[in-house]
Amino acid sequence: MGWDPTLWALAGWLLLALLIMSLIGEFLQYSLPVGRGNKLFANINDRIKAWWVIAILLIGALALGKGGVLALFILVSFAALREFLSLTNTRLSDSWALAAAFFFVLPVQYLAVAMDWYGIMTMFIPVYAFLFMPILSALRGEPHSFLIRVAETQWSLMVSVFCVSHVPALMMLEIPMFEGRAALLILFFVTVVQASDSIQYIWGSRFGKRQIAPLLSPSKTVQGFVAGVIGSMIIGALLFWITPFTWWQAAVLAAIIFVMGFLGALVMAAIKRDRGIREWGPLMNAQGGVTDRLDTAIFSAPVFYHLVRYFWGA
Amino acid sequence: MKAMFAEIVSIALQLLIRALTAVRGIWIDVSPEDKPRIYYANHTSNGDFVLIWTSLPTDIRKKTRPVAAADYWFKSKTRRFAAESVFKAVLIDRNPETRKPEEEPVAMMTAALEQGQSLIIFPEGKRNQTEEKLLEFKTGLYHFLHNNPEVEAIPTWIENLNRVLPKGTLLPIPLICTVTFGPPVTLKKRESKKRFLRRAHAELMKLADMQDKGRV
Repeated sequence: MGWDPTLWALAGWLLLALLIMSLIGEFLQYSLPVGRGNKLFANINDRIKAWWVIAILLIGALALGKGGVLALFILVSFAALREFLSLTNTRLSDSWALAAAFFFVLPVQYLAVAMDWYGIMTMFIPVYAFLFMPILSALRGEPHSFLIRVAETQWSLMVSVFCVSHVPALMMLEIPMFEGRAALLILFFVTVVQASDSIQYIWGSRFGKRQIAPLLSPSKTVQGFVAGVIGSMIIGALLFWITPFTWWQAAVLAAIIFVMGFLGALVMAAIKRDRGIREWGPLMNAQGGVTDRLDTAIFSAPVFYHLVRYFWGA
Repeated sequence: MKAMFAEIVSIALQLLIRALTAVRGIWIDVSPEDKPRIYYANHTSNGDFVLIWTSLPTDIRKKTRPVAAADYWFKSKTRRFAAESVFKAVLIDRNPETRKPEEEPVAMMTAALEQGQSLIIFPEGKRNQTEEKLLEFKTGLYHFLHNNPEVEAIPTWIENLNRVLPKGTLLPIPLICTVTFGPPVTLKKRESKKRFLRRAHAELMKLADMQDKGRV
């Protein structure tokens, strides 16, 4: 990507927006009395702090080019896989399979992304990891909760490696009239994911009435969902100038990203509830682990990738 | 020169442990304090020392030494270097017949304590490779506190490391680990050995149960 002027213009706007949000957020948190509103702003401020980290890492990686973006997402996948597998029932007899997940499957998937081997990228984990990982576990001969163990390992790979790798894969897309600039799609995607999720959360906690799945995630409401759809369309349309889309196409794609992310986060919340944890891991302090910040991107990344590839790809 | 090399090895080990486990220390009803204490922990893997170490704040870590068996750590040159220079372990001769009076475990541990250092011990006495969560404690912890009744013993629960370094596999598997420190246990006046050890064991099990229920 390097020194594309659009990237720098966008980076400037994003950082400026973050700075303004940080100042307002901190001011409001400390001027409001302790209570419900204050708690909401404490959460928003933690989100904003996590955004600073995400924004700086992402913009830095984009400035370094393809290698930088790949390195960043390899680390993200690694951290997410580590978090996910920590919660599973895997045991000693799965150690070959687990070592393979970290030291073979993950590198191969990212190699396929880097080399733009579309077939391998879309097939390797869903088909070949699916076949060979349980073989590795079975060779060790431990039947106890076998199906649970292999299913958990496969899920961990699908979520943390397969789905996540579709974000950097965006920059490999070949789009006519948009040559060499596909990495901007990553910035579009991440901005839409993060902003629309926050609109959904803030609107839902202020005006939310009907909870969608109170047992899974009490903060997800119908009102928040509607606000998220509208908000994501506005953000998508506002960002159309960095994409190969027209303004209304950008709005529709942003809405799809939001809806998939919203539903994906619900799935991830169900897993967290089942395991009795509030957050995935320790990496980002109050905002939980890497997976907590990713949960909305995980389900939307493959869908967004395929839509763009199918309708805009060369 | 040797000290510098030991320092580099120590930093490298801690970085490796962080990369593999993203370990964090969780302090429940106790706060990290820079004073001589004894941390007693469950023992499932050879990496246990380093993990507890890594999860302690730097100023405390520098003054905290593990207590370990001399026969195991004197077996090879590398091990000896690791124990003596990197971990600065208090090395105990486990055979009462060959050791001199000044090498009595309690005496050696007390000496370290008097220099302002904290200790890490594994009261189960060996690595736990059973399905049992926590084996019965050996009596060392009691004898030490009997000699030093003012010292706080901090229950320390290590979660998951036995899955990171499973015995008999070459590659470590990256998984999140936590080290949970619980409220201090001190020896009460006239408390019997059996009663104290049972209480200390129960305090550590409490932390393990909290982990299981996801309340940490």
